[in-house]
Amino acid sequence: MSRGSRTTSLNSPLPIDRRSLLRGALGGAGLLLAAPVLDACGKSSASAAGSGSGGGSGQVTFGSDGSDPTPRKAYGALTSAYTTASGNQVRTNVLDHNTFAQQITAYLQGTPEDVVTWFAGYRMQFFAKKNLLHPIDDVWDTIGAGFSDAAKKLSLGLDGKAYFVPLYNYPWGVFYRKSLFQEKGYQPATDWDSFVALCGQMKKDGLSPLAAGFGGGDSWTNLGTFDYLNLRINGYDFHMQLMGGKASWSDPKLAAVMDHWRQIAAFNQAGASGRKWQDAAQSVFDKKSGMTVTGLFMGQAITDETLRDDMDFFAFPSIDPAHGQDAVEAPTDGFVMSAKAKHVDAGKKMLEWIGTAAAETVYANVDPSNVGASTKADTSKYNALQQKAAQMISSAKYITQFGDRDSDPGFISAVVEPGFAQWLASPDDGASTLKKIESQRSQYFTS
Amino acid sequence: MAAGERDGRMRPAKGSGMALIADVTGKNASSQSRTSQRGSRMRLLSVADKAFLAVLIGVPLLALLAFVWLPALASVGISFTQWDGIGLSGLHWVGLQNYKNVFTNYPPFWPAVEHNIIWMVFTALVPTPAGIFLAYQLDRKIRFSRVYQMAIFLPVVLSTAVVGFIWEIVYDPDHGLLNSALGTNNPSGKHYIDWLGDPHLNLWAVLVASAWRHTGYVMILYLAGLKSVDPSLREAAAIDGANGRQTFLRVIVPAMKPINVTIIVVTVMESLRAFDMVYVLSGNNGSKQGLELLSLLITNNTVGESPRPGYGSALATVLLVVSMAAIVTFLVQNFRKERQA
Repeated sequence: MSRGSRTTSLNSPLPIDRRSLLRGALGGAGLLLAAPVLDACGKSSASAAGSGSGGGSGQVTFGSDGSDPTPRKAYGALTSAYTTASGNQVRTNVLDHNTFAQQITAYLQGTPEDVVTWFAGYRMQFFAKKNLLHPIDDVWDTIGAGFSDAAKKLSLGLDGKAYFVPLYNYPWGVFYRKSLFQEKGYQPATDWDSFVALCGQMKKDGLSPLAAGFGGGDSWTNLGTFDYLNLRINGYDFHMQLMGGKASWSDPKLAAVMDHWRQIAAFNQAGASGRKWQDAAQSVFDKKSGMTVTGLFMGQAITDETLRDDMDFFAFPSIDPAHGQDAVEAPTDGFVMSAKAKHVDAGKKMLEWIGTAAAETVYANVDPSNVGASTKADTSKYNALQQKAAQMISSAKYITQFGDRDSDPGFISAVVEPGFAQWLASPDDGASTLKKIESQRSQYFTS
Repeated sequence: MAAGERDGRMRPAKGSGMALIADVTGKNASSQSRTSQRGSRMRLLSVADKAFLAVLIGVPLLALLAFVWLPALASVGISFTQWDGIGLSGLHWVGLQNYKNVFTNYPPFWPAVEHNIIWMVFTALVPTPAGIFLAYQLDRKIRFSRVYQMAIFLPVVLSTAVVGFIWEIVYDPDHGLLNSALGTNNPSGKHYIDWLGDPHLNLWAVLVASAWRHTGYVMILYLAGLKSVDPSLREAAAIDGANGRQTFLRVIVPAMKPINVTIIVVTVMESLRAFDMVYVLSGNNGSKQGLELLSLLITNNTVGESPRPGYGSALATVLLVVSMAAIVTFLVQNFRKERQA
C-alpha cells in the first residue's frame, strides 16, 4: 500500500484519509469473500460523453484506483477524451485507492474490469506470472515508438511479453527550498563527502539537516534512502537481484550500505518514528529542516502555492564513481489488462490510445504532480520542477521503481520496513538487522 | 467477623437475590415442572410446530456453522499450507512449517505475545477496577451523577478507531496537545517526547488511550448491575452492622456475580482482540516496534498485495487457541463453582 497511501494522503484532508485507509484494510480482511464486495463498493458510472449506445462492440470497462479528487478527475478526463476520440463507451468503476491495492489478488480472480490501473515492474510481473493479466504485445507494436527502452523494459513480464502501458512517473531525489540554500550559502551536493559535510553544516546552523517522518504507516519512506544508497554503492544489477530475492541480505556489500546510512542517520530529524511524512515535508517548507530524501509528490503537500516555485531538488549524491548517478528511482503508474477481460479487442484499442502522447497530456492537464511517461509527451506546460524531473528520468541509464514495487510487497512491508525503522532508532553496523531480514527472506521468495 | 458468621450471613442474601431474579423472569416456576413434563410436552407438539421449531433452530445453526465454524476450521486447515491466495493450484501442504517459523523465526511474534499479556494485565488492574470504583461512587446518588455518568461513558460510544484518531492528535510529537502542553515539542530540544515512536513508551501511551475508553465501558456495565441489586440486601447488611466497604465487598459484589463474570470475560476479550486503536496509531503496516500485537501480525500476513494466508492462519490459530484456553478455563471453573454452591 505504501506509496499508494501517498496519493491518498495528499488530496484529501487527513482524517478522511486515515479512515479510508482503515476501511481499506478492514475490508481486506474478507480476502476470499472480497471479489463481489469490491465490485459493489465502487461507484459505477458511464463516462460523461457520448451516452446512449450501451453495450456496443467498442464498449470497454475500466477499473480505476483513482479515488482521490485529483486522480479521479484526471482519469475522468482521460476516459471522456477517449470516448470523444474513438466513439467507444467506457464504463468506469472507481475503487478506493488503498482497498484496491489490498484486494488486488481477489479482484483479478473475481470479475475485474477490462482495463485496470496498476504499477510497473515486479508488482505487475508477479500477477503476469500468475496468469492474471492479459499480454498486450500487439498494443506495444503500435505505441512502442513513443517510449524509451527503460519504460519498455518496465512493461515486460518475466516471460518477455508486454503487459503494461505506462502513464506517468515521478522521480525521487533530495528536495530543498532554494531560498534557504541561498540564504545560508549551501550548494547541492553531488558526491558523498560534500553531502555529509552539508548535513553537518546545517546541523551547526541549528537546522534538522534531513527531515524525516516514518510514523503512522509511513515506514516505506525509508526505502528511498536505502534504495539510493544501494544503487550508488553496489549498482543497479545487485540492487535488482536483492529486490527480486535472488541475493542474500547478509551479503557484505550491504554492510557498506548500512555504514553509509549510519553516517547520515545521525542527521535525521528527531522523533521521525512518530511523525508522518507530510509533517516532515512541512518542516522543510517551514525552513526548520534543510532537505529531505523524497519523491516529486512532496509538492502535493504544499498548502501555500507561493512555495511551489521555491522548491528544488538534486539527484542523490554519487558514492562509487563506477555507478555515479546512473540510476533514478522513478515509480511508474499505468494500466494493465486483466486476464478475465470481457472486451479484449476494445480494451486493447483503449490501451493503444492511452499510450499516445496526446492521452498523457489530457491526464497531465488535470494532475500536474507527475511527469508523462511517453518521450513524446508535451512538456511545454510543465512547471520548472516537472521539467527538471522529466530531464532527470530521460537521462537515466537505469530506472528503478521503489523498494516495495521492485520486490515482494509482503516481504518489504512485513520484514524490511520494520527492520529499518527499528534500526534507525539506534543505528549500529546493521549486521543483526540484515541477518534478521535474511533469515525471513526464504519464506517469501519460494518459487 | 468469623468465617462461619460471614458465610451464614451471605447465604440467605445470595439466595434471596437469585430468587428475586428468578421470580422476575418467571423461570423458577417453569424449571421445576419442565423435567416432569418434557416427555408429554413433545407429544403435544403438532407436526407443523415441530417443523417450525426445526426451522427456527436449524437456520441459525446452519448460519453459525457456515459463517463461524467452517471459516474457523478452514483457517486452521490453511495454517498447515503455504499459499499465495491465487487459485488452489498454488496450495502446498507444509505441515508444521508455518508454526515453526512463527515460533522460531519471526522477530515480532514474541514481543506481540508479551504486549498482549501486558495489555490484559494492565486492563484488568487499572481501567477495570477504576470503572468499578466510578460505578460505585455514581451509584451513591451524588449531585450531577447523570452528567458524570455521561461524560465517562462518552468514549465508549466512539468506535475504537475514532478513539485512536483522537489520541493520535493528542500524542503528535510536533503539534500534539500533550507535547505542546509539556513544552516538549521541539525536535532539536533536550526533552523531546516521541509518544508513539519511542518503543519503550508507545505501548503505555496506547494503553492510556485504551483505558480511557475501557473505564467507561466497565463503569456502565457495573452501574447497570448495581441498579438491579435488591435494596433490601443493603438494608439487611446495614441492620447487621456492616459498614460501606464491607457491604460492597461482601454483599454487593457476590450478589452481582453474573455482571462480574461478564466484566472479566469482556476484559480478557478486549485485550486479546485489541487491534483497531493500535492499527490507527501505528499505521497500516502495523508491526511498529513496541506496538506489535497478535491481531496486527495476523492482518499483516493475510491482507495485502501479496498475502500469505497460510502463515497468517497459523498466527490466527495460535491466537484462537490462547483465547479459547483463557475463556473456556474461566467459564468451566466458574460454572463448576456455581454447581457446587
